[in-house]
Amino acid sequence: MDLDIVDLSRLQFAITALYHFLFVPLTLGLSVLIAIMETVYVMTGRTIWRDMTKFWGILFGINFAMGVATGVVMEFQFGMNWSYYSHYVGDIFGAPLAIEGLMAFFLEATFVGLFFFGWDRMTKVQHLTATWLVALGSNFSALWILIANGWMQNPVGAAFNPQTMRMEVTDFFAVLTNPVAQAKFVHTVSAGYVTASLFVLGVSAWYLLKGRHVPLAKRSMTVAASFGLAASLSVVVLGDESGYQSSEHQKMKLAAIEAMWETEPPPASFTAFGFPDREARETHYAVHIPWVMGLIGTRSLTQEIPGINQLVDDAEGYIRDGIDAYDALQAIRAAKTDAEIPAEARQRFEDKGARMGYALLLMRYVDDPRHATDEQIRQAAMDSVPPVGPLFWTFRIMVGLGVFFVLLTATFFVLSARHRLDAHPWLLKVAVWSIPLPWIAVECGWIVAEVGRQPWVIEGVLPTAMAVSNLGAGTLLLTIAGFVLIYTVLFVIEMKLMLKAIRKGPPHVSEPHLSFYQPMIDKLARTR
Amino acid sequence: MILHELISYEVLRVIWWLLLGILLVGFAVMDGFDLGAMGLLRATARTDVERRVVINTVGPIWEGNQVWLILGGGAIFAAWPQLYAVSFSGFYLAMFAILAALILRPVAFKFRSKREEPGWRNAWDWVLCLTGLAPALLFGVAVGNVLLGVPFRLGDDMRIWYEGSFFGLLTPFALLCGLVSLFMLLMHGAAWLVFKTEGEVSARAARWGGIAAVLTSVLFVLAGVWIALGGVPGYAITSAIDPAGPSNPAAKTVAVTAGAWLANFGARPVLWLLPALGVLLPLLSLLGMRGRREWLALLSSGAAIACIILTVGAAMFPIILPSSLDPRVSLAVWDSSSSHMTLFIMLVCVLIFMPLILAYTSWVYRILRGKVDPVAIATGEGHSY
Repeated sequence: MDLDIVDLSRLQFAITALYHFLFVPLTLGLSVLIAIMETVYVMTGRTIWRDMTKFWGILFGINFAMGVATGVVMEFQFGMNWSYYSHYVGDIFGAPLAIEGLMAFFLEATFVGLFFFGWDRMTKVQHLTATWLVALGSNFSALWILIANGWMQNPVGAAFNPQTMRMEVTDFFAVLTNPVAQAKFVHTVSAGYVTASLFVLGVSAWYLLKGRHVPLAKRSMTVAASFGLAASLSVVVLGDESGYQSSEHQKMKLAAIEAMWETEPPPASFTAFGFPDREARETHYAVHIPWVMGLIGTRSLTQEIPGINQLVDDAEGYIRDGIDAYDALQAIRAAKTDAEIPAEARQRFEDKGARMGYALLLMRYVDDPRHATDEQIRQAAMDSVPPVGPLFWTFRIMVGLGVFFVLLTATFFVLSARHRLDAHPWLLKVAVWSIPLPWIAVECGWIVAEVGRQPWVIEGVLPTAMAVSNLGAGTLLLTIAGFVLIYTVLFVIEMKLMLKAIRKGPPHVSEPHLSFYQPMIDKLARTR
Repeated sequence: MILHELISYEVLRVIWWLLLGILLVGFAVMDGFDLGAMGLLRATARTDVERRVVINTVGPIWEGNQVWLILGGGAIFAAWPQLYAVSFSGFYLAMFAILAALILRPVAFKFRSKREEPGWRNAWDWVLCLTGLAPALLFGVAVGNVLLGVPFRLGDDMRIWYEGSFFGLLTPFALLCGLVSLFMLLMHGAAWLVFKTEGEVSARAARWGGIAAVLTSVLFVLAGVWIALGGVPGYAITSAIDPAGPSNPAAKTVAVTAGAWLANFGARPVLWLLPALGVLLPLLSLLGMRGRREWLALLSSGAAIACIILTVGAAMFPIILPSSLDPRVSLAVWDSSSSHMTLFIMLVCVLIFMPLILAYTSWVYRILRGKVDPVAIATGEGHSY
């Protein structure tokens, strides 16, 4: 197995996933915000709320198209670049993806057409229903993809089947109610709501600064600030829940995020600042805040949080168990019939099969884990530590921004309640300049979640390096270049169209296309 | 949990094999007309208003239609993981080409209308046209290669080793299958345009649709003759196999013989109905388009597509994906599915959601019924692209 292919496959997945995730959060949040605006329109009959719905709908549409375009790639890529992964866990992982299609994508994609094209063909309530179904569909899709992702972080309800050489589902209910998936779903969806709220807030603030579309901008800001405040509080609370879940299910991820090398006596301190050094296994210039880590991670004063060094020692033990399980598996597979399987091997696999994934960490160094040297085992145990530095920093950027979002939306919530939204121009400028920040936060969040899972693609079950397809490096470079090219071009066009639509403002103010088409209309009228 | 044992593993596998066919047909029929209509965009529409009429025949619905493909991918992943893994990684560059088309298509729909310069709109028209044609052709090439056998083998740990190349996919027979697929979707797209437009556009669509329909029939017959004359050997399982056994494709033997793809038709002559209808229905669609019987044209082109796809399935059963490198590991209905429990759970989900999907999709089509009106398009009243 060539390491280059692993790195290139990971690079391609990271590029396409991070890019796709530029559009997803805005779709999630904006669909709900638009539905709220249209609800106000239907309930009050005030046309300004319809104009708001249509205006934000234009921006939603441009973004939605990009989300659809880049989303198909994600679903196909598992089979294309991660074929061993697809074989190994398709029995469980494929199900939520298929249900996502059945329950979410159809709903979202079928009704989004009506949202844009159905204004004159339906009653107000019918159209509002279509809008809410789009919002519901996009949020359902987040639910199912995070159930799938949650299973990668915490693979519950499944067992390895020696006869088929793959993981198979044993308890689908456990997959659905996976606590990691639940926490991730609400955290991610809330992050999408925050992204859209800050987008609406920032664009509206720009209009206020320019003195344009003031009634529309003020109403939009009121909706965005209240929705955004609720969402950013939820992001922080559920982020904390995610951290708590990690302390239970992904101890190594938690320790790496905190750059916590040694196990401290409880309650552990929180490292607010520092420079993690993987070689020296310490964090330089660390600034510790006592107790905080223990409280967040375990919600107790007495429970210990294991440090990286201790977890590496644990991993070494798991690898040795895993080798045992691997050996038993070979004996089971060598048997021609069920009756021939040695009872001893069967028992050994039952006892230690859950650790077999750890033996697969050795596949980078040897073809058969049973032939690994002590040194290789030690090395593989060290490999179980994800990149500490990037995790430490992306996590802190994400959390810092999260706190900032709470403050910003709370400020505008208060201003809106007092009808003083345009009282402080500098605050409006802050809102405009804050537009890109949620994207930085969500991309950091993706990195924390997925890089923090390394070296595993399925935590404790399948190493990332094992999961790839046997493709040529040249082929991979070609498709990476292709994606980068297409994505860059589209990104530039998308940004230009977004900015153009924002500058142009709500459509009813100016309708140049009417005059543009006038000659053709006249001609058509004559020929009829 | 023993609920899933209500339906035997063997039966579930056959149901999921049928569902695989239904999903592929669903994709080809539903997304097929918008791929085909966009393929004909430049041929059927000359002015910007005409182009916008053609685009707006599918504008509000193509997105929902494309979900058939996405669901197809997800369902293959969930129900036939080995098939998903082998075919998607094996046809890697062809898949990438399809993805490139599927990335550019949504943005082309959305971006085209955002600016009024003719150069801008012309460029996106070309994108819409080519991203309609390329997938139509490539999906057919993929099916051709499946019939020919795919050069893959499986390691002891079920790791997939594929030894083909992109250009290796472009054999004469595979290209012939690609053309069948291309013309059948163009026929379907033309039938859709006849159904949704009036005047010049509709007349041009009928002309192009007629040509595509005839070519579909002729090339489909040609592909059949090619197989019947032994040009494409078929695959058949030669060892005993437990239809309810664990999914291990390496535990059987498979023979490659000329004519094996016709064995099922010999054993069950009623199956000949499928290819027969696959030849005749395009001609019926042609008559419909010429005679302005719009419903007849659209329904028979959709049914023709279904019969052509199901003919391939009927020929291959129980093989799903033959291996030309190591025929023994060819993926079959009995040894490449998900577990008993997963197949059951997924069937329950399909039974719950598929009727809902069909219900609200028909509601949306009902709301959008009627011809696309050029005047409404030109005045922008219909909130259109």
